[in-house]
Amino acid sequence: MSNLSYAAPTSVDDAVKLLAGSSGLAKVLSGGTDLLVQMRSGRLKPDLIVDTKKIPGIIGIREENGGFVIGAGTAGAVVEAHAGLNKAWPGLVEALDLIGSTQVQGRCSLAGNLCNASPAADSVPALFAAGAIAVVVGSKGKREVPVEQIPTAPGRTSLAKDEFILEFKLPVRPARSSDAYLRFIPRTEMDIAVVGCGISVTLNEAGVCTAARVSLGAVAPTVLLLADAAAILVGHTLDADTLAKLDAAAQAACKPINDKRGTIEYRTKVAGVLARRVAAIAFDRAAGKSTGKAH
Amino acid sequence: MNYIDSSLKVVGTRPLRPDGVDKVTGRALYSADTRAAGMLWGKILRSPHAHARIVKIDTSKAEAMAGVYAVCSAADFPDIPSEEAFVGEGPMNFRDLAQNVMARGKVLYEGHAVAAVAASTPAVADAALAAIEVTYDVLPYVIDVEDAMAADAPVLHDDMFTAGVDPKPTKASNIAKVVKFKKGDVEAGFAAADVIIEDSYTTQPVHQAYIEPHACLATCAADGQVTIHASSQGHFMIRAYTAKLLGMDMSNIRVNPAEIGGGFGGKTLIYIEPVAVKLSQKSGRPVKIQMSREDVFRGTGPTSGASVTVKLGAKKDGTIVAAQTVLKFQAGAFAGSPINPGCMCGFALYDIENIDVLGYDVVSNRPKVAAYRAPGAPIASFAVESLIDDLASKLGMDPLTLRQKNMAKNGTKTHYGPTHQNIGFEQVLAAVQTHPHWKSALPAGQGRGLACGFWFNIGGESTATVHINEDGSVTVATGSPDIGGSRASMGMMVAEVLGVDISMVKATIADTASIGFTHLTGGSRVTFATGMAATQAAEKVVDELKKRAAMIWEIQPDAVEWRDGKAFPAGSNAGGFEPLDLAELALKAARTGGPVNAEVSVNAQGAGAGFGAHICDVSVDKETGHVKIERYTAIQDVGKAIHPSYVEGQIQGGAAQGIGWALSEEYIYSNKGQMDNPGFLDYRCPVASDLPMIEAVLVEVPNPRHPFGVRGVGEVPIVPPMAAVANAIKGATGLRMPDLPMTPPKIRAAFDAAG
Repeated sequence: MSNLSYAAPTSVDDAVKLLAGSSGLAKVLSGGTDLLVQMRSGRLKPDLIVDTKKIPGIIGIREENGGFVIGAGTAGAVVEAHAGLNKAWPGLVEALDLIGSTQVQGRCSLAGNLCNASPAADSVPALFAAGAIAVVVGSKGKREVPVEQIPTAPGRTSLAKDEFILEFKLPVRPARSSDAYLRFIPRTEMDIAVVGCGISVTLNEAGVCTAARVSLGAVAPTVLLLADAAAILVGHTLDADTLAKLDAAAQAACKPINDKRGTIEYRTKVAGVLARRVAAIAFDRAAGKSTGKAH
Repeated sequence: MNYIDSSLKVVGTRPLRPDGVDKVTGRALYSADTRAAGMLWGKILRSPHAHARIVKIDTSKAEAMAGVYAVCSAADFPDIPSEEAFVGEGPMNFRDLAQNVMARGKVLYEGHAVAAVAASTPAVADAALAAIEVTYDVLPYVIDVEDAMAADAPVLHDDMFTAGVDPKPTKASNIAKVVKFKKGDVEAGFAAADVIIEDSYTTQPVHQAYIEPHACLATCAADGQVTIHASSQGHFMIRAYTAKLLGMDMSNIRVNPAEIGGGFGGKTLIYIEPVAVKLSQKSGRPVKIQMSREDVFRGTGPTSGASVTVKLGAKKDGTIVAAQTVLKFQAGAFAGSPINPGCMCGFALYDIENIDVLGYDVVSNRPKVAAYRAPGAPIASFAVESLIDDLASKLGMDPLTLRQKNMAKNGTKTHYGPTHQNIGFEQVLAAVQTHPHWKSALPAGQGRGLACGFWFNIGGESTATVHINEDGSVTVATGSPDIGGSRASMGMMVAEVLGVDISMVKATIADTASIGFTHLTGGSRVTFATGMAATQAAEKVVDELKKRAAMIWEIQPDAVEWRDGKAFPAGSNAGGFEPLDLAELALKAARTGGPVNAEVSVNAQGAGAGFGAHICDVSVDKETGHVKIERYTAIQDVGKAIHPSYVEGQIQGGAAQGIGWALSEEYIYSNKGQMDNPGFLDYRCPVASDLPMIEAVLVEVPNPRHPFGVRGVGEVPIVPPMAAVANAIKGATGLRMPDLPMTPPKIRAAFDAAG
């Protein structure tokens, strides 16, 4: 029988020491909505669980230097209830809101979704599109890492054994900026993305895009950040030609697999479809035409 | 007595459901909710291979582990000879059942049980399973029905020689049986047709997806007496099958029916009970086995997937003059798909002069199929109702008008023998015609589909007892588990006969040692057959109560009249006595002859066939292929709805399951013949937000063979949805989708192919 240890340290230092000192498999527990399911199914048998939720400051949202900082352990429901985030980052909020059920929303976190490193994670394309920075802590101290450098392969991250994410920094939002996220699932709820797409844009007064980030989920081993697709948007309004080029760029970036959730051909086509639809929502929001939810 | 034309006070109303509070508060005791002192946890080792010979099972390491009390495999069970029995909704061969419960010699599908352990904790049991060493000789396997029929397919059973062909084949194959039905001269029919239309369809196996996984608690006492606590569609079935598979006498097994969390046909056979009993016999301790959802998917039966071809010939005026179909049904690892009802049901809705039906029952390396609501009929009707829709287009006719022109009526002789009697298909189609949904204009971009369905319904053996308690309250006990609201309907029928309020009557389910034999719940038989027994038992009680009143009043029993729950003197000649109610008669029972009870057993005949018609509106996202059900109406002849809310629930549930079958449910196999989606995340049943409110419309054409006019209602509603959805998609897109499920990738690909 394996022996499972559980610790809930109250400081970053203690947490890092526990992780560094563990001889077996140590896992960081935030909301546990992935970890506990994996343990229950027998896929994962950790020797040590380090619950980070008791670390001061790891739960909560604050404004700092004009941008938002979201604690790594902040539950989805808390993010969704935050008026400022809804206004500045509606795409990120709606992506996080798609994870699981109402019950899961009471626990699931951005950090957990990112570090579970599933290519189909809903909040991750939105986090990539947002240009979020992960504040990572470990034995060597604190470092700031662009979120797109965290997942490296399905189930794998660039974090060292003794590292975990403390918080996310979202950049300062220029005027006429917004974002959006859509995923495709065969059902309407309780499903995993066949394709997910997050786009963040900034427009000038004429409605021309001046900055963009485009991200796709579930079409490659990791969530993708699409520089080519973003470049297509910059300098343009959302005319038919730009949309067609965006669709093509999104399809070209896909390296999906055939699995029980979708085929290569289907995922590729739908990536293009979603890119167009998400861009339209993000542009409308940035232009102040629509503040409604995409879902 | 017959109450069809009586004015009814209880039947047809909607009292609160008697099981509701316990279920919503979590107090109801399902199979897995019972424990016993000293109980062990039983777990089953399942095959990782789709097809393999078992060379050796070494359980020595598991047996030596601390906390392991018993280990068993096929060697611990009797080797049961082939014996066919017809039970419930399909054939059952006891040798196959035994080998499905525990593999003997070969494993025939991934998930096939090979051994079992009983241990002090679930974790020890898991470790013991891991310590069992099974040596397999892996064999080639075959999953799909057409592949399994190929001449070079791996053969599952070397003693399977296709039945129903002459001369008998000399070479073993995976085709267990060929079924043929003929009416008239189909060639002449096609020769006389103005229009001929033909298409081929495929359907995927779908699981019943009951929310409660199988579980049981078995206790073998020192004297060999066995008690089993389990939910099922028939506790007498559990007793009989367990006794058979263990070579025991039925009298030594008592089965207590647990609350059941859904069955839909899938709990008409057993998987774990003989294993739990065997482990209890070996360990001397109570043993509980409970399946995980993954076990349920890998180890228990879905209904068949199939490949179907249909051809129809019609006159220009829409008269269908010839109909032909070939159906190939997957049976899973053992013979016994619902090919017979499949061959009967598709054309049973129509009055067609010339019919030719050919069916195949085919084994392959997947779990043995089990009954699922109207077994076989939904598959046949998906094909037939899709093609009738295309025939209507080709003829330029309204699809409802075409069906009305050809519909079966009383006196229509079916191609499988019986002549339809007392059916209400005409009334159902008339209800479609006048329904606001059918008459409404279709919103832009949407499509509308219509499809119909038929199911025989059955009667059979049932027992009910009615007891007048000492205070005049009433207990009705039956041998039927409450799977579709039978406690409510039994209580209501008894209350109606006794003339008392429903609050006076408590309905319960008696265990196998406490009531006469009752056949399992299947074929939508319980409200009809068990209801007939309960009604007759209540009538016997009324006769007895009249005798008791007569005794008290010292008049003749036929001078006593029973109404509104009281005995009255029948007219002034009988005497001027004050009426006696149930409480007063119960109080005096000891002085008038003892307790007032009655037990009635019946073998009910005359079950009325059911017909339904579903109307479905959809919109289709042409870029993603996603289908949204916008509006759904299900119209059905229910005979008489005893408790209309339950009947509506049956219809809504059947439609919801059918929509899942149509759009999203399927088994996905890896390239090793292993199921890749054994959970509700990727085996996609519809969730609540996928469906609109399904409007159930009850048409009541009473069945004259039942005292209240009841006909079965639980199976018909799963027959029409697949074609109703497919026809609606055709209406919205022009695309005919012949392959289930009609998933977004398939629809997007069909759009792309159409250009």
